[in-house]
Amino acid sequence: MALTGLEIYKLLPKKNCGECGPPTCLAFAMSLAAGKASLEVCPYVSDEAKEALGAASAPPIKLIKIGVGDKAVELGDETVIFRHDKTFFHPTGIAFEVKDSLSEAELTQKLEEINALEFDRVGLHYEVDMVAVKQTGDAAQFKAAVQKIAAATNLSLVLITEDPASADQGLEACKGRNPLLYAATENNYKEMTELAQKYSVPLGVKAEDIFNLSNLVEKITALGYKELVLDSGSRTTSKVLADLTEMRRAAIKKKYRPFGYPTIAFTTAEEPMEEMMQSQVYVSKYASMVVLKTTDKHFVLPLLAWRQNLYTDPQKPIQVETKIYEVGNVTADSPVYLTTNFSLTYYSVEGEVEGSKVPSYIIPVDTDGTSVLTAWAAGKYSAEKIAEVMNSIGIEEKVNHREVILPGYVAVLSGKLEEKSGWKVVVGPREAAGIPAFAKSRYGA
Amino acid sequence: MAFEVIKERYMSKVNEVLLGATAENGGSRSHVLKVGGQTTLPYLHFEGEVPNKPIIAMEITDVEPTWPAPLKEMFKDVYNDPIAWAKKCVDEYKADLIYVVLNGADPDGANKSPEECTATVKSILKAVGVPLIVKGCGDEEKDNEVLGKVAEECAGENLMLGVAEQENYKSIAAACMVHKHSLIALSPLDINICKQLNILVNEMGLPLDRIMIDPMIGGLGYGIEYAYSIMERIRMGALQGDKMLSMPMICTVGYEAWRAKEAYSDGEEFQGWGEQSFRGPLWEAMTAATLIQAGADILLMRHPQAVKLVQKNITELMKSNKY
Repeated sequence: MALTGLEIYKLLPKKNCGECGPPTCLAFAMSLAAGKASLEVCPYVSDEAKEALGAASAPPIKLIKIGVGDKAVELGDETVIFRHDKTFFHPTGIAFEVKDSLSEAELTQKLEEINALEFDRVGLHYEVDMVAVKQTGDAAQFKAAVQKIAAATNLSLVLITEDPASADQGLEACKGRNPLLYAATENNYKEMTELAQKYSVPLGVKAEDIFNLSNLVEKITALGYKELVLDSGSRTTSKVLADLTEMRRAAIKKKYRPFGYPTIAFTTAEEPMEEMMQSQVYVSKYASMVVLKTTDKHFVLPLLAWRQNLYTDPQKPIQVETKIYEVGNVTADSPVYLTTNFSLTYYSVEGEVEGSKVPSYIIPVDTDGTSVLTAWAAGKYSAEKIAEVMNSIGIEEKVNHREVILPGYVAVLSGKLEEKSGWKVVVGPREAAGIPAFAKSRYGA
Repeated sequence: MAFEVIKERYMSKVNEVLLGATAENGGSRSHVLKVGGQTTLPYLHFEGEVPNKPIIAMEITDVEPTWPAPLKEMFKDVYNDPIAWAKKCVDEYKADLIYVVLNGADPDGANKSPEECTATVKSILKAVGVPLIVKGCGDEEKDNEVLGKVAEECAGENLMLGVAEQENYKSIAAACMVHKHSLIALSPLDINICKQLNILVNEMGLPLDRIMIDPMIGGLGYGIEYAYSIMERIRMGALQGDKMLSMPMICTVGYEAWRAKEAYSDGEEFQGWGEQSFRGPLWEAMTAATLIQAGADILLMRHPQAVKLVQKNITELMKSNKY
């Protein structure tokens, strides 16, 4: 069970050397209690203290890495059940299942599809994470497929087999790639754990249900291996939702050790859109990684958009760079819109300006990522500040006119802004949704 | 040690709200619908009650919709006839109920009179047996007139009327109270305003079980996470006993999802996102499905394929997960 900061403090060396980061041992103890620091950074801690503190100082859900280099995926290390309590840290890893029975040509095509799953939208870049090779035949076929796939993608790998002999060959075939070995079960866990130890790779653990999973994890950790990813074995949407919720609760609220590892979920829906709907539930409710079959862009994009949204830090709004944005084929006569650098505000404006079919410039003023009204109320969207941006950003070289459109909510700034910037200020609509009508009446589109 | 299932016990539950009224209760609906009543977070059947599934209202408008082309195309044979449109949604797409948006009332648009709007609502009531949700055009003054008239002429039907906002709730709340309808209370992604508005409406005499919360949402990719978190907090408030947050929630899914260019944009430059005909409906379906994970009870939707996907998702989620 979790120790309090003071209980931890009693076990620390009390040197107050500050070498761990925090200035005093007490401060360090508080960080440990909150799960924000790791005991390893203390150079003077005794072995007895280490053992006593080990359980208490470990994060509630262990961080597990799959893959190597810049494509490595980090799973787990979450600290809350609701994102509004703090934030979710490690976005659900997205893996795509590839059967080892595919022909050379099919395999090549499948991997090309998976490798091409990258998207750009609203200034963000989305990528997928892993390829999961699934055994359907003998060890030789599995090994050959792993070899080909390892050569054909930089993405991290998952090896799906419950046969230790095949697993050994598969691991040998992608040595150095740090794949997830999936899975250890009640029947094979000793051999699989040995293999995971031998190759030093993370190990998936799969059981019949959540209770058996708990028992199996304890057997494996008793063998001394703790690089685990958990699967309760449930496959129906509702049951998986319950299991994932229970595992997250147990780890966070009770510091229940057997469930202090990332989780993996598998879709079962055959139809691609239904598969995406099913995987959405798992992304929403706590799966650390999901394994999908569908690889078409139009199906994967909405899921990745949701993953990105969900894992946005509620306290750090996404911001766009303050510069002149051009929408459509702008000319020296095109209108100039002002907005803020809060990503949602900016992209709402951009979307509507695009919809208005009047090529235009947009200037987002840096408001620390707040919306127009919030920024104005906080004094971050003053006439002085807007004028300063307008005068330094080079817009006067882009257009012949001297007319700028101010968001309707801050119409009150227009007089002062005219005075400070020397531009004529036109009060635009309050909501971005009003832009097409506004542009139509003013610029006759 | 063996694992023991952790069950949360909450002290309260979400209000149950009825939609529609049958002849016995002064209406003309073939059946009524019920939402809310949960005693736990979404779909945790193993620890509490989820007595009513979320329901889907398909959106229709009384004038030709200003929707993106690929969406509009789905209804090309009916969008000029709200009656045929409503029937199609119920008969063909199995909509639980119909969401009528009276855009025709817009003073800057068709500027239909309250009488004309009411006639449209009445003819839809005649054409379909499901309960209706009726929303104004967004012009406060006109909406007060129009919805007042609709409420009066359809007295006893228990329509769900919207929307009441902090700056404009009195007229519509009074109309709901007098003529026995339910109300959508809209707050702009703000839990405090949400609560305040419910208090104000309730103080006027409208019972709490005739109010729905519209928390305002963003579509997928455009701020949906703000709605998701506000809704999770509202629902937690309800379960922890805050009576002024205990209403079921209604979300304008179709409207928000189809504002995203990821949903409607077609053509060469968007090939990197795949085919519009797939990603469009999925964008809407995914918007709906994430919100029911945060507690949404009524989904206002547009695309038939999206509706079908969400119906299926709901069926899966309503299956027992008891240990």
